[in-house]
Amino acid sequence: MAHLLEIDDLRVRFRTEFGAIKAVDGVSLALKLGQTLGLVGESGCGKSVTALSIMGLLGPSGQISGGDIWYHRGNDRIRLSGLHPRGKAIRAIRGNEVAMIFQEPMTSLNPVFTVGHQIMESLILHQKLSRPQARRRAVELLQKVGIPWPDKRVDQYPHQLSGGMRQRVMIAMALACHPALLIADEPTTALDVTVQAQVLELMLQLQSELGMAILMITHNLGIIAGMAQDVAVMYLGRVVERGPVREIFHRPWHPYTRGLIDSVPPLTGPVRLKPIPGSVPELRSLPAGCRFRPRCDQALGVCAEMEPVLKEVAPDHLAACWRC
Amino acid sequence: MSREQAKTPGSESFLEGALRRLIRDKAALAGTAIILALIVLAVFAPWVTSHDPVKQDFGRLLTAPSWEYPLGTDQYGRDVLTRIIYGCRYALIIGLAVSAIHLVIGVVLGLLAGYYGSWVETVIMRLTDVMLSIPSVVLAVVLAGFLGGGVQNVIIAVGAIGWRAYTRLVRAEVLSTKEETFVEAARAIGCSDLRIMFRHVLPYTLGPVIAYTSLGVATAILWAAALSFLGLGAQPPTPEWGAMLADGREYMADAWWIATFPGLAIMVTVLGFNFFGDALRDTLDPKAEGRLRE
Repeated sequence: MAHLLEIDDLRVRFRTEFGAIKAVDGVSLALKLGQTLGLVGESGCGKSVTALSIMGLLGPSGQISGGDIWYHRGNDRIRLSGLHPRGKAIRAIRGNEVAMIFQEPMTSLNPVFTVGHQIMESLILHQKLSRPQARRRAVELLQKVGIPWPDKRVDQYPHQLSGGMRQRVMIAMALACHPALLIADEPTTALDVTVQAQVLELMLQLQSELGMAILMITHNLGIIAGMAQDVAVMYLGRVVERGPVREIFHRPWHPYTRGLIDSVPPLTGPVRLKPIPGSVPELRSLPAGCRFRPRCDQALGVCAEMEPVLKEVAPDHLAACWRC
Repeated sequence: MSREQAKTPGSESFLEGALRRLIRDKAALAGTAIILALIVLAVFAPWVTSHDPVKQDFGRLLTAPSWEYPLGTDQYGRDVLTRIIYGCRYALIIGLAVSAIHLVIGVVLGLLAGYYGSWVETVIMRLTDVMLSIPSVVLAVVLAGFLGGGVQNVIIAVGAIGWRAYTRLVRAEVLSTKEETFVEAARAIGCSDLRIMFRHVLPYTLGPVIAYTSLGVATAILWAAALSFLGLGAQPPTPEWGAMLADGREYMADAWWIATFPGLAIMVTVLGFNFFGDALRDTLDPKAEGRLRE
């Protein structure tokens, strides 16, 4: 299947008062047309930074210091990482071909505008619709994301909607221009569990309807299992394991992936959960050798000396561990 | 907000809610009434009073308040009430024009400084600091003296000094607003910097700014009156309240009403705009509302 997005050896650096921090350090990913790639990892492992660099939204202190991000539009290949973050070219892609849903539905909507206004904006911006046309589309979109009384809701302000509804509005905004790629950065973390399930269900349904690819960023393995075809596990700015979802869940290679899977409560009954010992080291003081070594119960001598690279352990299944 | 609190469709809009809260507040109501009265008097002055505000009548000099002249007449025989009513026009025009100048300069500079940061912010904010370090009275008097008298020049003189507070206010609001996720979300749908600044950030910061503008109108009226009182503003026989105050000053012992009533008019007007501004701030600030609701 054709690729939509390819990230090749991406490196992102942030300037801080303590010096440069490598938030993403050599990440390579590929996302196929119409498929879902899950990106998992703990807080601070660089998943959101990876997503933001696709959109060119790193902000003034962040900078892509190496690698490429390729976006395929038909037969064209656009190097997203080379576009000026404030320039016209990337702005024409943002919200139009690549859209993003943020974690916090409470703060991602501007409280001083109606939700309709906010959905209409990208339609007017990218598709040059007139206001009445855009409004009609906004009502359709609200209906599509399952909001009751869409013709009334369209004129309401974000504070008049519940959290789940606001996330639905965010999805409607993101899908307004039929993007080829939807980046969902922990889209359900701020919602309670039942609403979470509804929102994920909605995303799956819209994906099969509209055929967009999804980059699903989460720390919740359950969501990945339910939604994604491929998964990449990140730890401290690097991909430590990636492959098809089934492979990773049934035969996890990397001790970190295994730790993540073991720390999810199973539905089969009360089992003592196995947490991963220790905590994530700071990016400024990375351990020598393998980044996971201080927390790994199977470390070898070589782990302290050299950093492992991704290698194929099964067809399409890569892991970065000296034990492979 | 939890889901239970979510409102059903058709409940009141933001504007209706704002209006309701504004009416509930007594001081706000008083302020609104004063401002409305001011506007009505200013617009309909020739219909409200039959006297001429500037025509001198030496047959009725320094008449004490009576049925015919409720607030008395001045040393040129002009009806004080009539002059105060026509003075509403000057107060309103000066207050609004000065505030408009402040708003435009202050909002644009504050927006640029807060949004872009780095050297843009440094230049703008140091400029504001320099302006702030010069005493306003001195600056206003010098400017007014340099430009010469007249209502128009008072507006320019006061307009040139008061925007500093707006710049700081807007910059501070923008600094916190630009970190909001909805600004990033706006960027994520492909908005340009200018669009984000004026369409997304500005409206969000406007609540406190509008509230401050109402207070600013009050201050502008006071300033203009002060300059006119010093003889640097509206020139005789313009029925401007500050100038009337200056006129009546010498007759305080014999004809107290000439200076007292324009003074009261200034006070009531300033009070009205202050009440209104306070209420507006409580009503229009979306963040203050968020705090109340949480």
